[in-house]
Amino acid sequence: MTSLLNRLFGRPRKGSGKTAKDRLRFVLQHDRINLPPERLEEMKRDILAVIVKYVVVDKDRVEIALEQRDRNHSKIVAEIPVVKQTVPPSPEINMDSHENNSDTPVGETEDSVDEGKPADSDAEAAAIASDDGEDTDEGGNKNKK
Amino acid sequence: MGGKVVTVTSGKGGVGKTTATANLGISLANLGKKVVVIDADIGLRNLDVIMGLENRIVYDLVDVVEGRAKLRQAMIKHKKFEDLFLIPAAQTRDKMAVSPKDMVELTDKLREEHDYVIIDSPAGIERGFRNALEPADEVLIVTNPEVSAVRDADRIIGLIEAADKGPGRLIINRLKTEMVNKGEMLSAEDVFDILSLEIIGIIPEDEFVLSASNSGVPVTLNEGSRAGMAFTNVARRITGEDVPFMNLDENPGFFKRLMRFLDGR
Repeated sequence: MTSLLNRLFGRPRKGSGKTAKDRLRFVLQHDRINLPPERLEEMKRDILAVIVKYVVVDKDRVEIALEQRDRNHSKIVAEIPVVKQTVPPSPEINMDSHENNSDTPVGETEDSVDEGKPADSDAEAAAIASDDGEDTDEGGNKNKK
Repeated sequence: MGGKVVTVTSGKGGVGKTTATANLGISLANLGKKVVVIDADIGLRNLDVIMGLENRIVYDLVDVVEGRAKLRQAMIKHKKFEDLFLIPAAQTRDKMAVSPKDMVELTDKLREEHDYVIIDSPAGIERGFRNALEPADEVLIVTNPEVSAVRDADRIIGLIEAADKGPGRLIINRLKTEMVNKGEMLSAEDVFDILSLEIIGIIPEDEFVLSASNSGVPVTLNEGSRAGMAFTNVARRITGEDVPFMNLDENPGFFKRLMRFLDGR
């Protein structure tokens, strides 16, 4: 609502005033729940590490962010697209690979995808993941206006 | 219970708490109210010089709390207003010389004969701030349209709410309209968006404020000063009067939003 009003009535925002407001929002998000940015990143990694024990996620489109309506209303909003699997991932592979930073889906290697599924199912999984990804914002600290 | 205790605080130093306190004291006295202003910044006293009363100090706040002086003896009467008094801070002691309980006892006495007791809080969130907050019926938070000042204001607002003294009202001090219009400064609306707190005053940057502190005659006594006029408006709002905001070229939709915010409370 605020951003709509800004668009309708606001002055064009450029210059350091806008930067000041963005920086303030960022710093207050963390101040207000006493969770510094680095700790938030740590928490995101921990959350993801738990989730990939159970499902294969599309790591590139994972979004875990802080949202804040005001001083007393903060929430953690997570969007974690799951890659469709026809064969359950082997737990050993999962535990090993959630630490690495490769571009492939967490808990899955290129090879195991080829082996585990028919080709058309693989394509479908990718399409679903991409649909899911469309309405997520860029970057890890999205700030809902 | 009589008069009302208004505490002026900010978290960050140097945003204009003492200037605001002095001007609100003078404006309220000018409106015919009986007023005492208290400098709670023990060890760094300054309200006396801003009000031009530094050469009349005999006793101070700590003298009263420790029983060396009667309350009346530490109350310095203003040169121009019969019903405006200053209780200065001690200069050679520290904040621990006074407790929050001392401040409650002191202000309870002052309430009996005065309409407003205005406390100038020290910067910070420690003992001095606690001393100033404890007796407050109403808290005014002074901030500047700058990242660090607004951040500290947010922190102090959280502490005020935690102490059940909230929600408090905001004075945005030293706003430079030309810079806001160029997009080079946070606007009052930006600060409101971020802090979600009622704004009781928007004080434009004004060179008269420095001249006023040089001469010890608060700017609100200068009729040509826009900052002085804005402080007078704050004082009138404290008394419950509904005073429209001065035209500071703020986005006109903003004041409508501000009104809706107040209605929605």
